[in-house]
Amino acid sequence: MTTELLKVNNLKQYFPIKGGIFGRRVNDVKAVDDVSFAVKPGETLSIVGESGCGKSTTGRAILRLDEPTSGEVTFQGKDLLSLSKSEMRKMRKDLQIIFQDPYASINPRQTVRQVLNEAMEIQNVLPKNKREDRMLELMETVGLGAHQLDRFPHEFSGGQRQRIGIARALSVDPKLIICDESVSALDVSIQAQVLNLLKKLQKELDLTYLFIAHDLGVVRHISDRVLVMYLGKVVEIGDKKSLFDNPKHPYTKTLLSAIPVPDPTKKKEQIILKGDVPSPINPPSGCRFHTRCPFATDKCIEEVPDLRTSPEHMVDGHQAACHYIEEIESGEMKPNY
Amino acid sequence: MAETTVNASTQETKRINPQIENMKTMWRKLKTNRIAMAGGILILFFIVVSIIGPYFTSLDPNAPDVSSRLQGPSSEHWFGTDHHGRDIFTRIIHGMSITLYIGFSSVAIGMVVGVLIGIIAGYYGKRTDAILMRIMDVFLAFPGILLALGIVAVLGGSINNVIIAIAIFSIPVFARIVRGSTLAVRKLEYIDAVRALGASDFRIIFRHILPNILSPIIVQATLRIATAVLTASGLSFLGLGAQPPTPEWGAMLAAGRNYMWEHPHIALFPGLAIVAVVLAFNLFGDGVRDALDPKIKS
Repeated sequence: MTTELLKVNNLKQYFPIKGGIFGRRVNDVKAVDDVSFAVKPGETLSIVGESGCGKSTTGRAILRLDEPTSGEVTFQGKDLLSLSKSEMRKMRKDLQIIFQDPYASINPRQTVRQVLNEAMEIQNVLPKNKREDRMLELMETVGLGAHQLDRFPHEFSGGQRQRIGIARALSVDPKLIICDESVSALDVSIQAQVLNLLKKLQKELDLTYLFIAHDLGVVRHISDRVLVMYLGKVVEIGDKKSLFDNPKHPYTKTLLSAIPVPDPTKKKEQIILKGDVPSPINPPSGCRFHTRCPFATDKCIEEVPDLRTSPEHMVDGHQAACHYIEEIESGEMKPNY
Repeated sequence: MAETTVNASTQETKRINPQIENMKTMWRKLKTNRIAMAGGILILFFIVVSIIGPYFTSLDPNAPDVSSRLQGPSSEHWFGTDHHGRDIFTRIIHGMSITLYIGFSSVAIGMVVGVLIGIIAGYYGKRTDAILMRIMDVFLAFPGILLALGIVAVLGGSINNVIIAIAIFSIPVFARIVRGSTLAVRKLEYIDAVRALGASDFRIIFRHILPNILSPIIVQATLRIATAVLTASGLSFLGLGAQPPTPEWGAMLAAGRNYMWEHPHIALFPGLAIVAVVLAFNLFGDGVRDALDPKIKS
C-alpha cells in the first residue's frame, strides 16, 4: 500500500526565543514551518535552498536529533515521533546521517576501528567475531585501505574522513541516509569522488538518500527529485529534469538562474533579487516570498499558496506553491523589477 | 617510488594516539616551566615522606615527654618540642599523611560528584540544568570555610567529617566547570553522529563527552587540593577537625598559639608545613593549567 519509505507530514520545528528575567517564551524561530513530502525507496530526494531556510533542520527533525515541535514523520509505516526513546534507538539502525563537516563529525580520540566497532556494537549488528571482517569490507567499500583501520581521524584528509563518516553510516545497514551538506566542506575534485561513491553505494546497497545541499550543480548530479525550500516552507517539488528545465515558482527560477553556465559567449539572463531573506522569527504573511517576488500582488500578501500542480504547464508530480503559475507562464503577468 | 614506500612503512610503525600525544605535549610544556616543576617535585617528595617518613622517625608522635617540654630547635629535636614535650618534627612527618589523605580524598569525592552533576546538567539542559545549577549556586553563595564549618558542626568533628565537608563544598566548583565544557562538547557533530547511531545517554556521556573534557577537570582538581588542605587545617585549628592528640598540622598550630610569644617555633613549623604543601599544589596546578591551555605556546 505504502510506496513511500519516508513520509513527512506538516512537520514544524520552532525554536523558542527566551527573554525577560523569568526566561519566558517570547517568540519562536520558525525554522521549519509545515513541511510535507515523501521519499520513495531507492530514490534520491534533494532539499535545496539558501542558508537558514530550514533544510538541515528538516533533516535533524526527521532523525529526532532535535525534537520537532509538531508533525508526523512516518518511516516504513511507523510514526517516528510517537516512538519512545528506546524504540527510537532501535529504529535508528535504518536511518543514518552523514554530516557536513568531516573534521567535527568523528570523535578525535577514537580510531577508525573504534568508530566502526562502536556503531556495530550499539546496534548489535554482528556477533563480535564477525565484526573485523565487516570492518575490512566497509573500508574497502568506501575506498579506504585495511591498513588504515587503526588510524586516528587527524591522520586523514577531509575527503578520507568523509569516507569514514560514510563507512560509519553504512556499518549498521541503513535503508535511508540523510546527507546533510555532506560534500559542501570538500573541495571540488573530492566532492566528485564522494558523490560518485554515494551513487555507487546507492546502486549496490539499494539505499535511499535524502540529500541536503545548497550547491545546485551537486544536486543536479545526484538527485532523482528535488525539493526547494524558502524560509521554512516548501516552494517547489518535482523530478529533477522537470524542475531544472521548467521551474515554476519565481524563487526557483531565481535560484536556478544563479547557476553559472560554462560558456563565456552565452549571455544568460540572471534574476537578481532585492533585499535579504526575511527573519524566520516574524516571517512575511501570505506567501513568504512576496517581499522579494517580482510578481507579488495583494493576494500574495494575504493568502498562503498551497503546493499545487498546473496540468497544462507541469508534468505529474511537479508541484509549486504559487498563486500565479498560469498567469506567469502565459505572460499575462510581467515582473516589476 | 622506492622512497615513498619507505616513508609509508615508517609511518605505519608510528601510530599516534592523540590522547597520548596530548599528554606528551603537556609534559613537554610542563617541563619547561621550572616553578611548576618545583611544585611537582615537592608534591612527590611530600607523598614519599608521608608513606615512608613514619618508619624513619624514632620518636612516638603522641607520647608526652614532660622532661623535655617547650624546647627550641636543636640537633636532637630538629623543630623543637611542644608543650607536652613531643618532638614537632616527628609530628609533622606523621601529620603529612593525614594532610594529604584529607586533601586527596576530599577532592576525589567532590570531583566525582561534581563532575556527575555538571555533566548531567550540561547534557540534559533545560529544567534539569536549571534545578541542579541553582542548587550549586546556593552552595557557592556560602564562603567555603563557613559552609565546611556548618557541615562539621552538624556532623561532629573528626577527620572523616572534615573530608565530607570539604568534598561538599568542592562539588559546585567542579559542577560549574564541567557543565560549561559539556555544553561546548555536546553541540559537536560527532556527538550527534553517535546519537544518530542510537547510542544511549550513558554511552554518550561517559565514552564521548567525559574523555573530551578531562583537561579542565585535572587542572581544577590539582588547584582544589591546595584549598582543601588549607580548609582542613583551618577546621582543625578551630577544633572542629582532627582531635588531639592526632598530629594534624592545624591542630598543632592551635596548640602552639598559646605559647606564641615565648616559643614561636611550636606554631611556626606546622604553619610552614601547611604553606609548603599549599604552595606546592598551587604552583603545580598553575603549571598544569598553562600546559593544557592550547593558547599558551611554550
